[in-house]
Amino acid sequence: MTETIPTDASRGLDPDGLLRAYRTMRTIRDFEERVHDEFATGDIPGFVHLYAGEEASAAGVCQHLDERDTIASTHRGHGHCIAKGVDVTGMMAEIFGRATGVCKGKGGSMHIADLSRGMLGANGIVGGGPPLVCGTALAAKQQNTGGVAVAFFGDGASNQGTTLESMNLASVWNLPAIFVAENNGYAEATASTWSVAADNIADRAAGFGMPGVIVDGFDFFAVHEAAGEAVERARAGGGPTLIEMKLTRYFGHFEGDQQTYRGDEVRNARETLDCLTRFRRRVVETGELTAERLDAVDREVAALVGGSVERARAAPAPDGADLLTDVYVRYE
Amino acid sequence: MARTISYREAINEAIAQEMARDPAVIVMGEDNAGGAGGPGAEDAWGGVMGVTSGLYHRFPGRVLDTPISESAFIGAAIGAATRGMRPVAELMFVDFMGVCFDQIYNQAAKFRYMFGGNAVTPVVIRTMYGAGLRAAAQHSQALYPLFTHIPGLKVVLPSSPYEAKGLMTQAIRDDDPVVFFEHKAMYDTTGEVPEEPYTIPFGEAETAREGSDVTVVAFGGMVARALEAADALASSGIEAEVIDPRTTSPLDTETILESLAETGRLVVVDESTPRCSMAADVAALAAGEGFALLRAPVQQVTAPHTPVPFSAGLEDLYVPDAQRIANAAKAAVDWSR
Amino acid sequence: MADERIQRVTMPKWGLSMTSGTVTDWVAAEGEEVAKGADLAEIDTDKIVGTLEAAGDGVLRRVVVAAGSAAPVGATIAVIAPPEVPDAEVDAVVDAERARLAAGAAEAEQGPAAADVAVGGRSVAYASLGAGDGDPVLLVHGFGGDKNSWLFVQEPLAADRRVIAVDLPGHGASGKDVGGGSLDELAAVLTGFLDAMGIERAHVVGHSLGGAVAVAAAARAPERVRSLTLVAPAGVGTQINADFLRGFAAADTRKGLKPHLASLFADSAQVNRRLVDDLLRYKRIDGVRQALDTLLGTLLDGDGPALDIAPLIAGVGVPVAAVWGAQDAVLPVGNADALPPSVRTRRVAGAGHMAHMEAPAEVRAAVEEAIAAAG
Repeated sequence: MTETIPTDASRGLDPDGLLRAYRTMRTIRDFEERVHDEFATGDIPGFVHLYAGEEASAAGVCQHLDERDTIASTHRGHGHCIAKGVDVTGMMAEIFGRATGVCKGKGGSMHIADLSRGMLGANGIVGGGPPLVCGTALAAKQQNTGGVAVAFFGDGASNQGTTLESMNLASVWNLPAIFVAENNGYAEATASTWSVAADNIADRAAGFGMPGVIVDGFDFFAVHEAAGEAVERARAGGGPTLIEMKLTRYFGHFEGDQQTYRGDEVRNARETLDCLTRFRRRVVETGELTAERLDAVDREVAALVGGSVERARAAPAPDGADLLTDVYVRYE
Repeated sequence: MARTISYREAINEAIAQEMARDPAVIVMGEDNAGGAGGPGAEDAWGGVMGVTSGLYHRFPGRVLDTPISESAFIGAAIGAATRGMRPVAELMFVDFMGVCFDQIYNQAAKFRYMFGGNAVTPVVIRTMYGAGLRAAAQHSQALYPLFTHIPGLKVVLPSSPYEAKGLMTQAIRDDDPVVFFEHKAMYDTTGEVPEEPYTIPFGEAETAREGSDVTVVAFGGMVARALEAADALASSGIEAEVIDPRTTSPLDTETILESLAETGRLVVVDESTPRCSMAADVAALAAGEGFALLRAPVQQVTAPHTPVPFSAGLEDLYVPDAQRIANAAKAAVDWSR
Repeated sequence: MADERIQRVTMPKWGLSMTSGTVTDWVAAEGEEVAKGADLAEIDTDKIVGTLEAAGDGVLRRVVVAAGSAAPVGATIAVIAPPEVPDAEVDAVVDAERARLAAGAAEAEQGPAAADVAVGGRSVAYASLGAGDGDPVLLVHGFGGDKNSWLFVQEPLAADRRVIAVDLPGHGASGKDVGGGSLDELAAVLTGFLDAMGIERAHVVGHSLGGAVAVAAAARAPERVRSLTLVAPAGVGTQINADFLRGFAAADTRKGLKPHLASLFADSAQVNRRLVDDLLRYKRIDGVRQALDTLLGTLLDGDGPALDIAPLIAGVGVPVAAVWGAQDAVLPVGNADALPPSVRTRRVAGAGHMAHMEAPAEVRAAVEEAIAAAG
C-alpha cells in the first residue's frame, strides 16, 4: 500500500548534514535563478528547463548517496547534477556552450552529465533514464559494491513504457534501484491529473511488486527520510522502491514558456511551501543552526554561482576541430 | 588448432572465452538461458536459436534472462556498461529495434560525444537479421543500414564462422557500443575456426576472392551468394573480386576503392531494401571518390522496396541470389568491354 | 590397363590448406624431354607461386590442364611417357583424366597430416608426411613462420622418408606461451618434441630463427641430430634487419604487414593477399604478439644480433649444409661468410630470405646432400 510520510518526521541529521543539505538546495536555487536571468540576455543557446522549487527532492535523495551510487536525470537536470556533486563552474560553462564545460560544450543543459560523479546525465528523452539505472544498479549488484542507483523522472515519464518496463525489470532482478517520480503537476503543458490515469504515480508500485511512497516534495526532511529507507533497503538487497514527490516547478517547462496553462500554484508554493524557507525556519527554531551560519552559506553560494557565470562568459567556445572528436573511443 | 565448427558455435565460443577471461562480461536477453522460473530445466534454450547455450551453468550468475522488455534490458546493458561491465545483450530479432531503439541510438551511441569524451560504453548488442526462414515481415529484415546511419555505433556483419568468432571477441573487447548482426540463416554454416581466442579488427575488409574484371562488394549473408556468383562468372571468363567489408561502421572504403581502381566496375550486394542502404552508400562512395575509376555504372543488387513476404516463392524472389549478382556483374562488364 | 610407363603429373598439395591450384605457366612444352627434377610448371597455390618438378624421366606428352586453368589437388594436369609409348595409349589416358576432371572426380592426394603433441606442458603442432626406414627429417621454421612455410620442400623430400614440419612455441597451431623465449628453451622444446614423437635421431632443417634453434638442439643433444641444413640461419654474422623484425612483430593490419612481407622475398610479387591474410589470422590470436615480442629479445640486442651460433656450428660434429638467398633483406647473405669453412653454403641468386619458398630445389638438394654426408 502507498503511504504518506508526514512532514514532521524525525531527521537524523547532525548540523554538518543540515548545513550540507541547505547548501545543496541554496546552490540549486541560486544556480537556476541565475540561469533564468542569463537566459533572458540571449547568451545561453538552446533550451533550458529549470529545477527551482524542486530542490528538496534532489537534495534529500542525494544526501544518502556516495561515490558507489549513480543517478539518472531528466530534462530538468541541473538540480540533480548539483546534488550529486557535479562541479558548478563546469556546469555553468556547459550551459553556456563553452569548451570548459563538464561536457566540453557538446552536451548542453539537456545532456549535462558527469559519469565520474555517478551522474548519468540529464536526458533529452522523456523516460530515457530508468533503463540505464537498471543497468548501473545491476553493475553494483554484480560487482558487490553495495551501490544503489536512482532514476529521477517526471510525471510525464511515469507514463512511458521505458519507465514501467524498468520498474518491472528492477523487481524481477531484485535490483538496488530507487525510482523517484518528481510529479510537478505538468508534463510540458499537460496536467498530470489528466495524463496519469492512477490517482498517484506511487500507486503503480504495487503493480511492480515494490513499495510505493508519496512524499511532500517541498519538505526536505520528509524526502530525506523516505529516501533513507529506500536506500537502506536497496543496499541491503531488499530491492527497488518507487517514491513520488509531490511538488511544483517555479518556472515554465522551458525558459520562455508563457505558462498560460497554469493557475496560481507557483505563487502559493513560493509563499507557503518553499523548501528553503521551511528548512531555514525549522533549523533556526530548533536551534540546530543559526541564521548567521545560513547567511554565510548564502553568501558563499552567491559568490560561487556569480563566479561561475563570470568564468563561463570568459571561457572559450569549443574549437572547430572538436566537432569531430569523441564519437568513438577507437575509430577503427 | 583450427577445427570446423558452426557460425552458432563460433559466436558461443567467443562469448564463453571472453567470459572466462574477463569477469566484467555478462550475458542478458530473452531466454538467453531459458526456463527461468519454470518447473523444468534451467538453460532450457540458450537463446531462441541456441547461441548462448551452456553458458548459464558455466558462468553462474552471469547469464541473465529478462522479461520481454527490450527497452529496459537493452538500456540496462548500456547502463551497466557505463559502470565497468561488458554486457553482451541479445535483441533477439533486429525487427524488435522499434521497441528499444531509443536506448541504442539516443543513449549508448551518443554518451561519449554528448559527455565531452567522458564516457565509455562497451556494450555489445547481438541481433539476428535476414530473410530465408519464412519468418516474414516482422522477423526477417536486414536493418543494419539504420544502425550504420548512427554516429557512435559500430556495426558488424560476420559472413563466416571464422569472422563470427574473431569479430565477436573484438566486439566484446571494444570500448564502443557495437551492434553485432547475426544472419539467422547462417547459424548452421560451418568453417575452420581456431580454438584460441583471436580478434578481427573493425574497419578492415576481407577480400574473399580476387579477380580483375569486376568488384563485388557484398555484406554479411550476401558474401556467400556473391562467391557463388563469382564461381559462375569465372566459367564465362569473368573474374570477380569479392569484398566482404565485415563492418559497415567503420567501413573500409580504402579496400573498396583500391579494388575499383583495378577493375573499374562495381556491383554492391545488400540484403536490405534499396533506399538509404549500404548499396546506396557504397555506390555514393564510388561516385564521389572513385568517379574517374568507373568504367560502367555501379550496379546495386538489393531487396525490393517492400516488406519481406511470407510465401516461399515470394521470399526467394525477395532476397538477392547468385543469378542476380552474376547478371549485374555481366551488365557491368558488358558496358565497357 | 594403361601402359605403366605413362606417368600422371598431378596437382600437388603444397600445405595443409591447399585444395586446388592454378597452372600459371608450363615451363616445359609438349613434346619436350624432361629429366627427373626438371621444372615442369608454375603453380599458383593461392598463397604463392611454386615450381612443380618432374617426378621421373620422359617426354612431356600431353598437357591436360592448360596454363591459366585451375585444378583440384590430385587431378592429373599432364602426362609424361617415354617416346616409344604410342600416342593412342597416351591419348586414352588423357581422355580418361579429362573426363574425370570434368566430372569433378579428382582423387584427393595424400597431404601432410596435422596433429599435436604435448611437450613439457606445451602443445606442439606438427605436420607429418611420408614414411621410410631412414631417420626422419625435421623442418623448423623461422620467426613468425610456421610449418606450412615448407610447402615446396616437405612433399618432395617425403618421397622415401618421413618428413615432419613442426610449429615452434608461439607459432602456427602450437601453444602461444614461449616462456622466456631463450634459444636454449626453444632447443629444449625441439628435443622434447623428438622424445614425445619417439624419434631417436633426425636430420634437422632450420630456417632463420629455426636454424639457430636447430643448431642449439644439436649442441644440447648431439646424439639426436644426424645432420643440419641451415637456411639463412639467425645467429650467424653481424647483419640483421631489426626494423623488419620489429615492424613484422608490431603490424596488425593488412596495410601495415604487407610491406614487411615484401622484404622477405626477392620477388615481392610473390606476396599475395592470401599469404598476408593467413599471417594476419595467426598474428591476431591471443598471445602471439607477446610471443613475438619475447622472441624479438632473443634475436635482437639493440639493432644488432643477440645470438652467435657460429661457435656451436663449428662444434656440432655432424654434417652441416647451408642455403642463403643472395637477395636476403632480413639476414643478408654476407652473414654466410661467418659460417665455418666446413659448411658448404649455396648462395642462391634470385632468392631472398625465404629461400625455401623461392628456391626450394636448392634447399632440397642441400638437405639431400647433408643426409648423404651423414651416411
